[in-house]
Amino acid sequence: MSAVTAQGVATGDIEAFRLRARDWIRANLRPLSFQDVNTFWRGGLTDEEELALVERDREVQRMFYDAGLAGICVPREYGGQGLTPAHQRVLNEELAGYEYAVRLQLPTMVPCAAVLLEHGTEQQKHRHLPAILRGEEIWMQLLSEPSGGSDVAGALTSAVRDGDEWVLNGSKVWTTGAWWSDWALCLARTNWDVPKHRGLTVFMLPIEQPGIDVHRIEMLNGNREFCQEFLTDVRVPDSDRIGEVDDGWTVGTRWMFHERMALAGSPLVTRPRTGGRGPAQASELVAVARDAGHLDDAWSRDLIGEGHMLHLVNTELERRIGEAIASGHMSDQASSVARLFGGVVLNRLVTIPFEMAGATAGAWCDDDGATAGCGADFLVRQSSAIAGGTLEMARNVVSERVLGMPREQGFDRDVPFRDVPRGPSARD
Amino acid sequence: MRVEPTADQEFFRQTTARFLEDQVPVATLRSLRDDPAGFDREYWRRGAELGWTSLLVSEEHGGGTISGEGLVDLGMIAYEFGRHAAPGPLVTTNVVAAALSDAGNDAHATTLGDLLSGSALATWCFGEAPPHDRLGDVALDVRVDGQDVVLNGAKRPVESAAQVEYLLVTGRTGSGLTQVLVPSDARGVSVEPMKTVDLTRRFGAITFDDVRVPVDALIGAVGQADEQVERQLQIALVLLSAEAVGAMQSAFDMTLEWAFQRYSFGRPLASYQELKHRFADMKSWLEAGHAICDAAAAAVRAATPDAAELASAAKAFVGEYGAELAQDCVQIHGGIGVTFDHDLHLFLRRITMNRAVCGTPADHRQRLATIVERRSTAA
Repeated sequence: MSAVTAQGVATGDIEAFRLRARDWIRANLRPLSFQDVNTFWRGGLTDEEELALVERDREVQRMFYDAGLAGICVPREYGGQGLTPAHQRVLNEELAGYEYAVRLQLPTMVPCAAVLLEHGTEQQKHRHLPAILRGEEIWMQLLSEPSGGSDVAGALTSAVRDGDEWVLNGSKVWTTGAWWSDWALCLARTNWDVPKHRGLTVFMLPIEQPGIDVHRIEMLNGNREFCQEFLTDVRVPDSDRIGEVDDGWTVGTRWMFHERMALAGSPLVTRPRTGGRGPAQASELVAVARDAGHLDDAWSRDLIGEGHMLHLVNTELERRIGEAIASGHMSDQASSVARLFGGVVLNRLVTIPFEMAGATAGAWCDDDGATAGCGADFLVRQSSAIAGGTLEMARNVVSERVLGMPREQGFDRDVPFRDVPRGPSARD
Repeated sequence: MRVEPTADQEFFRQTTARFLEDQVPVATLRSLRDDPAGFDREYWRRGAELGWTSLLVSEEHGGGTISGEGLVDLGMIAYEFGRHAAPGPLVTTNVVAAALSDAGNDAHATTLGDLLSGSALATWCFGEAPPHDRLGDVALDVRVDGQDVVLNGAKRPVESAAQVEYLLVTGRTGSGLTQVLVPSDARGVSVEPMKTVDLTRRFGAITFDDVRVPVDALIGAVGQADEQVERQLQIALVLLSAEAVGAMQSAFDMTLEWAFQRYSFGRPLASYQELKHRFADMKSWLEAGHAICDAAAAAVRAATPDAAELASAAKAFVGEYGAELAQDCVQIHGGIGVTFDHDLHLFLRRITMNRAVCGTPADHRQRLATIVERRSTAA
């Protein structure tokens, strides 16, 4: 039973919506192959190819918008449909096997658009949300910094007020596709004389401007989608501030909640339920076993069964937690339970094909089929345990915020941020 | 357990929870250790009055559901059974009641009525001895001889084998499966009690030596019971898994409380990051267990196309991760956790027992692989 049904949405409405979505999808979208999915995760494209895919994503987003299928849970006044999570789920189910605007979901819709919806002014929302839903603005998040990934509230990027403007300096990292994105949310320090959570402020800014230098980072599998940005005297009008000055952690808490929800079934994300019950994931495991020549071996069937089991369980856990948070039966912190489990499962789902591929995982030819590239995937396996908050952080949140266990000792509480130790020399 | 059961379901669940707390507290469970049956007949009859036996039986046969989703309602009862490590043949009785109700054969109306009221008990004879002990391997022979059906073979482990009045036997006739309802006192039926890990559940090995019953003892058609058996298996998987999740919940709750109460080196166990992280992992397995069991119960109830894979995923996941959770709870308790004096083992036992019957996690992973392969070949 979903929260939404409890709110009184008739099942008939949802089914009518399903049929409309199905007809439109089949008439307008291209079928998606495993290769397309793998291309997104594995990279290895030229910049021209990548930019062409970005353009196609924008085009597809615009098609969704024109068809009345963009921003299902976004209020109509901001260009959305004002429908329910149940409608979004149905749309995602019907999308299985079809292309979608993959680069406009994370982080554009979640967490960026989600943060704008909750904390933006009317003017900010009217200016950006319809543009996002039309595929005209791709957003990214300037959140993590080189000085510490998990300790987000320890941000060192500074914002200093200058009349009606703010001047930002610092560096941000792990931004997906910053080199083809348009706008960003940015968490910056506006007060160094108060404890760390009380001196932060959130801003929005366009990425292509003289003060922002975007460097691309090469990952272990050759993917070059992640970037690092250097901000030098970037000027942001005060009207592009989100939330109150020095109250950025209120925004930041929700920001990170939405980031976790991106991996836990957020109702703002339009993407196929990978497989839902007809999982691409499972077919891929079968394809790897077959191309490795071991489909009939009991050990490889055990691995296929394990992979499919984990996929199904993870899907149901996401649904459970997502619905329970939406209905208020679980706190927002419960999203960390789904983040933790999902991270462990994704990790395992990379290891299983690697295991089945045998020596081909180490060296392969282009015509090795589904086993090709399993080794490169394995090299970046830990990404799912790091990105979006490490699993260690998730375990802290689950134990402390969900189970109520004592918090870890910190040396950064109740002291002015400028006095917090930041390295061996600072401590002496 | 669903996050948002209906008010009726919640009332129903709480009624059974209170009854179990009252009737089978831990002290009673411990005293039942040496009881030949492991439970009291009057206890079972009163449980039947609370609805334990009627949820999978159609209204025309005297059954009925709380929510219209009988298996979902029954899953909540199974969950409470696990949470209290309660005695009684809940899973097998309901599997047989569902089979009799679905078959709709008037010849078994009286038997079904007795099962519903709790005045008679039945069990399902499904698994067999090695080398036929892998899931789905059925060697017991059933043949028709004039107006009789003749059974030869052996079944184990059979729950409450020495306590029940009726045996629903799954056997083989040629290339198909056949099901027969055999009175437990029929000539040629012999039961050898087995040793078991569960404190209150009893299991036996049954030999069928030229057991002869009239053809109206058949449940369904000869050699064509494969679909029926699959349905019974799915019901059993849902209930066994739901029960195991209840036991996981109790083991987890008990250990969480311990972590706050137990001090070492001047601080509670709950303050150690190593243990906090393990509790976080266990919490994720527990919620995942709830999630997959709820999904499996709903799918099997509605007989959706993905019912088989969700039921197997639930059994495989809860079997594997439930056992890991229970063992980690033992580990966090330390030495006291491996003693009979502590109550933790009641739940470890139930989880271990349920993991072993109706297919191990490894069996269900093989089953999932077959389902996935079939689908990807068809696609």
